[in-house]
Amino acid sequence: MNNVFVYCEIEDGHVAEVSLELLTKGRSLANELKCDLEAIAIGNQLEGVAKQVIPYGVDTLYLADDKRLYPYQTLPHNSIVVNLFKEEQPQIALMGASSIGRDLGPRVSSALHSGLTADCTSLEIGDHFDKKADKNYKNLLYQIRPAFGGNIIATIINPDCRPQMATVREGVMKKEILDPKYKGKVVNLDVSKYVSDSDFVAEIIERHMEKSKLNIKGSPIIVSGGYGVGSKENFKLLYDLAEVLGGEVGASRAAIDAGYVEHERQIGQTGLTVRPKLYIACGISGQIQHRAGMEQSAQIIAINTDPEAPINSIADYVITGDIADIIPKMIKYYKKNTK
Amino acid sequence: MKAYKIIVLAKQVPDTRNVGKDAMKADGTVNRAVLPAIFNPEDLNALEQALRIKDQFPGTTVKILTMGPGRAAEIIREGLFRGADGGILLTDRAFAGSDTLATSYTLGQSLKKMGKIDLIIAGRQAIDGDTAQVGPQVAEKLGWLQVTYVEEVIELKNDTVVLKRRLDRGVETVKCKLPLVMTVNGTAPECRVRNAKLLMKYKRAKTVTELQKENEDYTSLYNDRPDLNIPEWTVNDIENDATQLGLNGSPTKVKSIENVVLQAKDSKVISGVDAEIENMMIELIKSHTIG
Repeated sequence: MNNVFVYCEIEDGHVAEVSLELLTKGRSLANELKCDLEAIAIGNQLEGVAKQVIPYGVDTLYLADDKRLYPYQTLPHNSIVVNLFKEEQPQIALMGASSIGRDLGPRVSSALHSGLTADCTSLEIGDHFDKKADKNYKNLLYQIRPAFGGNIIATIINPDCRPQMATVREGVMKKEILDPKYKGKVVNLDVSKYVSDSDFVAEIIERHMEKSKLNIKGSPIIVSGGYGVGSKENFKLLYDLAEVLGGEVGASRAAIDAGYVEHERQIGQTGLTVRPKLYIACGISGQIQHRAGMEQSAQIIAINTDPEAPINSIADYVITGDIADIIPKMIKYYKKNTK
Repeated sequence: MKAYKIIVLAKQVPDTRNVGKDAMKADGTVNRAVLPAIFNPEDLNALEQALRIKDQFPGTTVKILTMGPGRAAEIIREGLFRGADGGILLTDRAFAGSDTLATSYTLGQSLKKMGKIDLIIAGRQAIDGDTAQVGPQVAEKLGWLQVTYVEEVIELKNDTVVLKRRLDRGVETVKCKLPLVMTVNGTAPECRVRNAKLLMKYKRAKTVTELQKENEDYTSLYNDRPDLNIPEWTVNDIENDATQLGLNGSPTKVKSIENVVLQAKDSKVISGVDAEIENMMIELIKSHTIG
């Protein structure tokens, strides 16, 4: 009761990266609150799940194992989570801001009348004093996220409703095994008590999941473009530089909305979070939502025609100029000095 | 052939994609007045899906349901110009400050009043919050199935629909029964443009509040052309539990808002001249960042 809960997404018997990252975050929140970390995995043939998650510091793992529960479907997963939460009354529940978590989270929060904050970039524990009600709240979950086009950072709290729910995108939190020999218990749920046949009304006819061909997250060098690149054609310069340096091409949301590149390359709060050795930002002004996805890069080069672009303040190298002029020079001098 | 009753959930949003330098006031609050208000982009994708069903199944009706201040009637008019049959504006101070849950409750109570509905279509998310929560929460409030991230309606036959979903790492095809709530992705086809005939037909479609502001005689107008009346619903038009509305009905509260202030880093400023670019590349090669 009153613990921190993480919903673990399963794909082909493997726990999703984002869920493992949330377990690490959940463990540290639980330590601060002096409570347990609990996890739930729902799917089919989940024998291998305990081995994957308990080392992250999970005290209790609930498994709902039934062949009808994989792949993910909204209603049965919702029923299990809602009913389990009614029994266990978690104070905090975390889910990935993935196509599963963003489908399930709102449904669960509506059923439990609890608050949910999407796409948090930071989670902390803190107090709150409500002046109007003259009431002090201890140990609330601060759900921190950029809002409103990235012009503000909002701290959201749920003072009265439980669980306090948040979704977080993959790559935002760091995953770290706590102890390979951590002792946690496994509870196998009697699935029939949690779902009813009427939950299985949708039928998945076909499913093609592919490992993304792009590996932007894993790339040590990212050449990223924004609206300032100006056109799809101009993006070719970025591809050239990425190829020469052995990196990948990313983009800001503005460049994607403008149709310059495909949305799988989006970096930022609502896209990928990356931590490369080198991030080269071309024609990116640097709104907070973009920075949320890249500011932990080891080195940043910003190329902009605007000397006042906000991204410059977090860059190691600020180049004021036109990418059509600068990028070819970078390629030229890279080649010259590596031969 | 069956005709369907479709409701499109839409939101008028500030255009956060083109936020200029004057978007924030000196006190750190958002200066909404300078931001253009637009039809939320993915709600237009949703409208297009509804209109395609209407094209295919004559007799189908498409209505827009939106919640917002008086000016949000603009997006209902925009919908009429593109082929919708009508719309309802939910507007009341009692709804102010709603988070996604209170919004979903209000929309849900309104939908319950709208008679038998076959299909509710909404955009995946709105650009001012990016939460993607209202669609699934409305579905839960109605006790209906939801299908999120829809890119295409592959087939609709009687009460069975086959939908293609675009997920993070793949595509899924789902078959299910109506009624349901579906949310549509921005990767779905763009909405058709305004139709000139519809523009002429509906340019005077207004809410009573708008007509009163313009001192127009709406009684006789609406008697002749009831289709020009955009109904406004207030808290009194829906059954409700006041504790679930607006700020009071919102479990999430904004504790604090911070203006984004950048911490300046020690950065090297480089002009575009060859020697400086070359030095930078040499430094990066030496530090094994590249190469």
